[in-house]
Amino acid sequence: MAETLEVKELAEVAVRFSGDSGDGMQLAGNIFSTVSATVGNSISTFPDYPADIRAPQGSLTGVSGFQVHIGADMVYTPGDKCDVLVAMNAAALKTQYKYAKPGAAIIIDTDSFGPADLKKAAFQTEDYLGEMGIDPDRVIACPITQMVKDCLADSGMDVKAMLKCRNMFALGLVCWLFDRDLDIAFNFLREKFAKKAGVAEANIKVIQAGYDYGHNTHSSVANVYRIETKNKVPGRYMDITGNKATAYGFIAAAEKAGLKLYLGSYPITPATDVLHELSKHKSLGVTTVQCEDEIAGCASSVGASFAGALAVTSTSGPGICLKSEAMNLAVIMELPLVVLDVQRGGPATGLPTKSEQTDLLQALYGRNGESPMPVIAALSPTDCFYAAFDAAKMALEHMTPVVLLTDAYIANGSAAFKLPDLGKMDAIQPPYVPEEMKGSWTPYMRAENGTRYWAVPGRQGFEHILGGLEKDDKTGAISTAPENHDLMTRKRQAKIDNIEVPDLEVIGDKDDADLLIVGFGSTYGHLHAAMDEMRAAGKKVAMAQFRYLNPLPKNTADVLKKYKKVVVAEQNMGQLAGYLRMKVDNFVPAQFNQVKGQPFVVAELVEAFNALINK
Amino acid sequence: MAYTQNDFKKGQPRWCPGCGDHFFLASLHKAMAEIGIDPWNTAVISGIGCSSRLPHYMATYGMNTIHGRAAAIATGAKVANPDLTVWQVSGDGDGLAIGGNHFIHANRRNINLNMILLNNRIYGLTKGQYSPTSPRGFVSKSSPYGTVEDPFRPAELCFGARGHFFARAVATDAPGTVEILKAAYNHKGAAVCEILQNCVIFNNGTHDAVYSKEGRAQNAIYLKHGEKMLFGENNEYGIVQEGFGVKAVKLGEDGYTEADVLVHDAKCEDNTLQLKLAEMEWPVALGVIRDVDAPTYDDSVTAQIEEVKAAKKYHNFAELLETNDIWEVK
Repeated sequence: MAETLEVKELAEVAVRFSGDSGDGMQLAGNIFSTVSATVGNSISTFPDYPADIRAPQGSLTGVSGFQVHIGADMVYTPGDKCDVLVAMNAAALKTQYKYAKPGAAIIIDTDSFGPADLKKAAFQTEDYLGEMGIDPDRVIACPITQMVKDCLADSGMDVKAMLKCRNMFALGLVCWLFDRDLDIAFNFLREKFAKKAGVAEANIKVIQAGYDYGHNTHSSVANVYRIETKNKVPGRYMDITGNKATAYGFIAAAEKAGLKLYLGSYPITPATDVLHELSKHKSLGVTTVQCEDEIAGCASSVGASFAGALAVTSTSGPGICLKSEAMNLAVIMELPLVVLDVQRGGPATGLPTKSEQTDLLQALYGRNGESPMPVIAALSPTDCFYAAFDAAKMALEHMTPVVLLTDAYIANGSAAFKLPDLGKMDAIQPPYVPEEMKGSWTPYMRAENGTRYWAVPGRQGFEHILGGLEKDDKTGAISTAPENHDLMTRKRQAKIDNIEVPDLEVIGDKDDADLLIVGFGSTYGHLHAAMDEMRAAGKKVAMAQFRYLNPLPKNTADVLKKYKKVVVAEQNMGQLAGYLRMKVDNFVPAQFNQVKGQPFVVAELVEAFNALINK
Repeated sequence: MAYTQNDFKKGQPRWCPGCGDHFFLASLHKAMAEIGIDPWNTAVISGIGCSSRLPHYMATYGMNTIHGRAAAIATGAKVANPDLTVWQVSGDGDGLAIGGNHFIHANRRNINLNMILLNNRIYGLTKGQYSPTSPRGFVSKSSPYGTVEDPFRPAELCFGARGHFFARAVATDAPGTVEILKAAYNHKGAAVCEILQNCVIFNNGTHDAVYSKEGRAQNAIYLKHGEKMLFGENNEYGIVQEGFGVKAVKLGEDGYTEADVLVHDAKCEDNTLQLKLAEMEWPVALGVIRDVDAPTYDDSVTAQIEEVKAAKKYHNFAELLETNDIWEVK
């Protein structure tokens, strides 16, 4: 046990809560991130769920983790490795220790390290710390289970209910370690369990006990830490996952456009939470149909779009393959539709719970015929909200299906979300056919920007037929005329090419970087963190992250050709690099490709990028 | 508003001369005029195939979509816009092969769609392959030695999916077709109308027994709810129950009298006898075979939205945000 207690200031810290799937690690992590966010720290979180539905208690496959990264300044990722690891049982220590930095503090519940627990976790001896090479001085070994039971002995709760509070003891300890204000946690619990005051008070009692335990014993670590806040952005915040933010973005867009929101979907990991979230909000008029298959999910959305709704279909992995036929129907019928692809590991069923960026080329090109479709990739959990809004706006205003790419990493990860003001967001104005065109209108007449007008059923005098067969440019009747097909193909392409998207932004050493880091979508945080680390070490580095993949920003070639060295870093085998090489003459970037199903590791990025600079 | 057939007509159909689709189209125009729904509040949605060309000849809103997906697309249109009257038109390939999954689920969910199944037991547009309703042993371009599989019986599939409405007509029989189309419109929920239709090029004669008026007089029975099931040129035959099944008998023979003849009950919740009727090979049952009320999906969706609206306190995006745990950074 350490003799003295010292308060150390840290710029950032990552805490990983781990235990059985049922141990409430996510709740503990959420409260810790909320408490930190409330004092103005920047936060980023990431859950790591087991692939099994419900693995046996205490088993290695049943461990779930929840990592919270908090910083005085901006944090962009949940952190490569953690400074504090909470392991609620032996299996958690065994599987999660690899995520701990050297010298990290380890909090364990010694009551869950009995002979049976050790056996389930495949420890050979009772010296589990020695077996894993963990320095006992770094370990806060605490009989959490027993202390929770003692703490709640007078509560009248049964043992099972008491044990559900173990996570709060660990949370209390962590709050002590980081000098956090417990009142914020208490308020959070009182609101969360507003209808179950007893549960709230029991949890509060246990948090306090955990905190006091740390305070009274100093446990076995030498420091407590303080993370001060820089660059506070005042405002009201909530914690939001990428999937929830995506759902909110669609709701906001529908309200802004004055349309009913329709979601046709089929459950698929990791996109299902969008279906769950939207299904809750019937009081906003949101209509969700859980269809018989992915095909119907997309097809019914095309029908809903024809009938005048903001239509969305959500999927992942193999689901996007199944939807491609109906997506193409929306291309040729020129109807608005948002196709959300929460990317996961592939091919086929692949790695359902893991994250990749391997659907880029499929989103861009994975359909029969010439099938231009805008593609937007969200940058972070909170950007999912804005990306969903932007995708819906683009679809509705340009009468086209739009693919919105997120992935398992940002879909499940969360961050502090400053409550948006819908009143201040851009208007959404679909090109409804003007009444004065009655009598002369045909379905493929176009506005100046090349967009077809929208005539929603119910309007007298605009009855028309759309379909999957090529249509005559002027009459809208079926046409197989060679010149007409060529013309319509070009018009559909031009319509997409002409969509205005913001310029590609370069951040960092934009004028004199020795290396430009290029990525798209969800790797934004890790690439940013890597750039920051390199710049802090004196390197000249810039980065440009693509959010709009089709059409590409107009300044794309200028940006990519400006720097001597460019590396395209992506979680696939080089899809963005290849795409950019096709679009930009004589552009030959270096590549960093990883397809592990896990987010990038900042340290690995820095090492690879430094090697490129030095080459 | 009073309409005539012409208010629903558009363009010049391009099916082969003599194709059953011509007859059906005329009956659909007539039925819509008699129903009197505005063309602009009507959508006709088809998949791909000869018969799926039909929306091009309608002066309503319409979509001629992709192969097999008509029922799914129609589902989205109806649920998103319940004010629309939606007719979904498919052939036997579109509706029961590639679109079989959507067919059964539209029935199971009981979406308020009028689902037309134009059954010619052949793939016409791809020029003559057997379909999921072609009989076992059927010789076609893709089965030169005869098929080795049994066909779907559309009524059985519909009932198996808990369908609440099934009717049948012969394309050349305009009054019979108009009657079931109107009954389908008046039925709230998924309403399957099987139209027996001849392909003059690739499967000529497939419904010969009932395709002419004379043939129907001998080989078909027009079912009417609440009426005795009599048929034949002079109503000399009747349908009676035998064991677990039904059979056609000649009255006056083997001791059968009119008193033994069953009264048709299209409203009976239990579909057992309705299925037996639908599956009779002689006579072929025409008319409304099953027509049972049940809650529709689209009505239930709307009702649930209204219920939740009344129960919840948040009704716009700003109010939704406030339902979360919010903190303030000052």
